[in-house]
Amino acid sequence: MNPKRQACIVGVGQTEFTRHGGIMNRSQFQVAAEAVLSALADAGLSPEDIDGFASFSNDANEAALMQVALGVPQLRWSSMVWGGGGGGSCAAMAQATTAVEAGVAEVVVVYRGLCQGQSRRFGRFGEGRTHGNFVHPFGLFAPAPMLAMVTQRHMHLHPQIEAKHLGMVAVNARANANRNPRAVMHGRPMTLDDYFASRFIAEPFRLFDCCLESDGGCAIVITHRDRARDLRQAPVEVLAAQHGSGPGWGTGPLASHNMPDADYNSTNARRMAKELYARAGVGPADIDVAQIYDHFTGMVLMALEDYGFCEPGGSGEFVEQGQIAWPQGKLPINTSGGQLSEAYVHGMNVAIEGVRQLRGESTSQVQDARLCLVTGGLGTSPTSAMIIGRP
Amino acid sequence: MALFDSEVLAPHPNFDDRPFWDACNRRQLCFQHCADCDTVRHPPSPVCPRCRSLAAAWKPTQGQGELFSYTVVHHASHESVQAQLPYVVALVVFDDVPGARLVTNITGIPPAQVRIGMRVSLWWDEIGHGRFIPRCEPAAAGGPDR
Repeated sequence: MNPKRQACIVGVGQTEFTRHGGIMNRSQFQVAAEAVLSALADAGLSPEDIDGFASFSNDANEAALMQVALGVPQLRWSSMVWGGGGGGSCAAMAQATTAVEAGVAEVVVVYRGLCQGQSRRFGRFGEGRTHGNFVHPFGLFAPAPMLAMVTQRHMHLHPQIEAKHLGMVAVNARANANRNPRAVMHGRPMTLDDYFASRFIAEPFRLFDCCLESDGGCAIVITHRDRARDLRQAPVEVLAAQHGSGPGWGTGPLASHNMPDADYNSTNARRMAKELYARAGVGPADIDVAQIYDHFTGMVLMALEDYGFCEPGGSGEFVEQGQIAWPQGKLPINTSGGQLSEAYVHGMNVAIEGVRQLRGESTSQVQDARLCLVTGGLGTSPTSAMIIGRP
Repeated sequence: MALFDSEVLAPHPNFDDRPFWDACNRRQLCFQHCADCDTVRHPPSPVCPRCRSLAAAWKPTQGQGELFSYTVVHHASHESVQAQLPYVVALVVFDDVPGARLVTNITGIPPAQVRIGMRVSLWWDEIGHGRFIPRCEPAAAGGPDR
């Protein structure tokens, strides 16, 4: 690749974040458009400068309509990643970076806008779901019980991982959210006792093991190094962005759970993570801070293992030692509060937080953060991740 | 009486999985195998991923198996299951079909006593109009063991 075409993130934007059903005064499409405009303003660009859009997971806010709404003169790239719940968030980033690095487009915006009072709740029971026949007759509809079974198996195979470790992931996210005024759970501290007092949703998951349900919009502007030079913000480089799925994964835990035995209790990222690090030319020890898609605490533990921050089965101890905590941990994670406590915008808000860390703008800023891992949805197919860095 | 009293949860057989549900309605749990190389595939799929044959054979299991993982569901994400809370959703691997997992329910045992690795047996839950759903319960003491 021509080094001048190296993909960079040059703008991030968002709307307000609320509880689900909290934005009822304007359309979901408008919320997505506002996020795009906010990200463009951050970058010092206008809609005339962009020529591509990317999104994921059946985004209802169509790129061609976004083009018209914002007055984008010529669209050269529009793509959406198949399937996978929030698994495609970094996959959309991968498509955007591929487009600009290949020279197919100059400036691509990845966006997500959701107002769940107006649309359907994500992951909800639906008749048309692939392989739904193998889950619905058994009362299995929602991501929480689906990924609870994966977590239960993981804890069975690694009995050193205990319920308190799930709780520590949730408490860590809440502590970060309480430093972030934009977080939905700002001003609502939570202790491990509070965690254990919360009701079960699907064992081993309690209420606080599950992400929020939110309304809000997010957008990220991607261009290449040459174009990024004169823009308002210092560019954040995308060292690698990948998506993929392991052998035999299929619909995985979001339906019949027939992924291979060796990969059952995993994020579906074991192979992809190795390729991601190789492509970025770095290893887990080089990562300063991580934004891990935290739909469920148990999947965050598996991600710490699958992305090489600790040994298989070692995530409970890693968390108990305070390694994920800001500021003293080896790897502070989900520094905005993540999806457990900031907002659940299908991975886009945690990607924005990764950019903030590298710009030095986080409310839980990691000292001299140079490399950040961001993941998409875990245990989905495809799953995705990216490594971003300060040049 | 059916475990879940709701027509909403009934399967809607399609091209790929109709033989599975037809067999269920005869109270036989049949998994799809490749007719050429015998590789099992579940959920049903039109092509063998090993030898790419399009020919399928449907082989019945004897219905004895082991619990691979489970969850006790305490929150109804759909009104059709509200009355049944808490209930157990589980993955069962049958002894004679080691390559497939069935999402099912475990009944006949308090949810707190369910354990990974426990032995289970198949039973048939009639949901009306001649349709049957495969569910499991703890294997009878002294029953067939592996």
